[in-house]
Amino acid sequence: MTLKQTPLNAAHRAMGAKMVDFGGWDMPVNYGSQIDEHHQVRNDCGMFDVSHMRVVDIKGAGVRDFLRYVLANNVDKQTVPGKALYSCMLLEHGGVIDDLIVYYMSETWFRMVVNAGTADKDIAWMKAQAAMHAPELDITDHPEFAMIAVQGPNARAKVWEALPGSEELTKDLSPFNAVEMGAMFIARTGYTGEDGFEIVIPAQAVPFFWATLAEKGVKPIGLGARDTLRLEAGMNLYGQDMDEKVGPLESALAWTVDLKSERDFIGKAALLANPPANKLIGLVLLDRGVLRGHQKVVSEHGEGEITSGTFSPTLEKSIALARVPVGVQVGESVQIAIRDKMLSAKVVKYPFARNGKGLI
Amino acid sequence: MSNPSDLKYTSSHEWVKTEADGTVTIGITQHAQELLGDMVFVEPPTVGRHLKSREECAVVESVKAAADVYAPIAGEVIAANADLDGSPELINSDPFGAWLFKLKPDNADDVAALMDAAAYQAVVDSEAH
Repeated sequence: MTLKQTPLNAAHRAMGAKMVDFGGWDMPVNYGSQIDEHHQVRNDCGMFDVSHMRVVDIKGAGVRDFLRYVLANNVDKQTVPGKALYSCMLLEHGGVIDDLIVYYMSETWFRMVVNAGTADKDIAWMKAQAAMHAPELDITDHPEFAMIAVQGPNARAKVWEALPGSEELTKDLSPFNAVEMGAMFIARTGYTGEDGFEIVIPAQAVPFFWATLAEKGVKPIGLGARDTLRLEAGMNLYGQDMDEKVGPLESALAWTVDLKSERDFIGKAALLANPPANKLIGLVLLDRGVLRGHQKVVSEHGEGEITSGTFSPTLEKSIALARVPVGVQVGESVQIAIRDKMLSAKVVKYPFARNGKGLI
Repeated sequence: MSNPSDLKYTSSHEWVKTEADGTVTIGITQHAQELLGDMVFVEPPTVGRHLKSREECAVVESVKAAADVYAPIAGEVIAANADLDGSPELINSDPFGAWLFKLKPDNADDVAALMDAAAYQAVVDSEAH
């Protein structure tokens, strides 16, 4: 199978990237040292090619009503143009189809950014729902758009240097808001726990923009560091920390599900009918070793499993997210089966690190 | 970095050096550390343990993944590199210097049967395709 390439493929190779097959995409895992890249983002700033993610525009009268029904979070929270909202999209039985960010542009236009691996499935699902409930809507995805995330305490200043006119437009932009700039779309969002922007830009313009950022001293960061940064920041990864077999309430995403309003949405009845037996918790390994996905967790309240685990460069300890019985509480010790040993880990309140600092 | 010609190699990317006293020193190759990336944890075999040839005996973990290390030949573990405890990144910076453990071979001739540098390079090249 031929791997899909982003418009920055040649740029990554020229910068010495080690390329890997990432869900069918030929992507940079690092450009040298993953740990150095991780610290670069926490302490200064770095840029990520996230062009494999997909922009989906939903347009037409009634788009708000449609999304009110299709998303677990409530788009009625979005009243100011450009406002972003993180949400899960659920199956009837409450399993997570995808997690995404939706932007309110106008009463006839909402923009979504969805995961690469799930994009086709998401679009097919939304089109099927629209056919039943809102046939007048136009749902169009934009694989011709590239996307760069610039993240870190100095990220905004570097983007302002690289992109004339952007400072005026975005200096007063609050976190989780976005603005259009010509054919570009600049959102103050990210997946690292640091300040910064995610910038949607037409594919033909992205190599020049990437090169300009590099010229201003912004270092490229691979998907390896992206994963350790998001895990330290306590952000779930779809397909690993949740999927169609588990619901948002078992995935530490209750804060993104609006069960209070009268509004009906797909999956609501199932969530109300089935209180979760498990939940997602944070772990810090007390013994020496590295926590990894699928390792068994043994607690006084029953067994669970690590969903994501790694070595945290900021804490210099191993950390993980794990799905365990709801009885497990912060502060308890649990045992982790690693190869032929049982190692001790502590249940902690997370995020583990954000804004340049460890929080554990 | 080319593979030193005075070492022997395995297809699972260990290098083996025969010392003057007949013991052997074992580490992982440049190619192996490059595949794994930044090392964060090393678990060497216990000193005194007897290893069979091809037995899983140590683990090296990078940020990215855990990898097993295999005994290139049968023998008894006579030393483990304590420097790697606090500084596993030495494997990245100096893979042919940062040894993992030393063995007293059951049979001194076993080392001769391992691959030389050229044969090992052919294995690495074939993996690239």
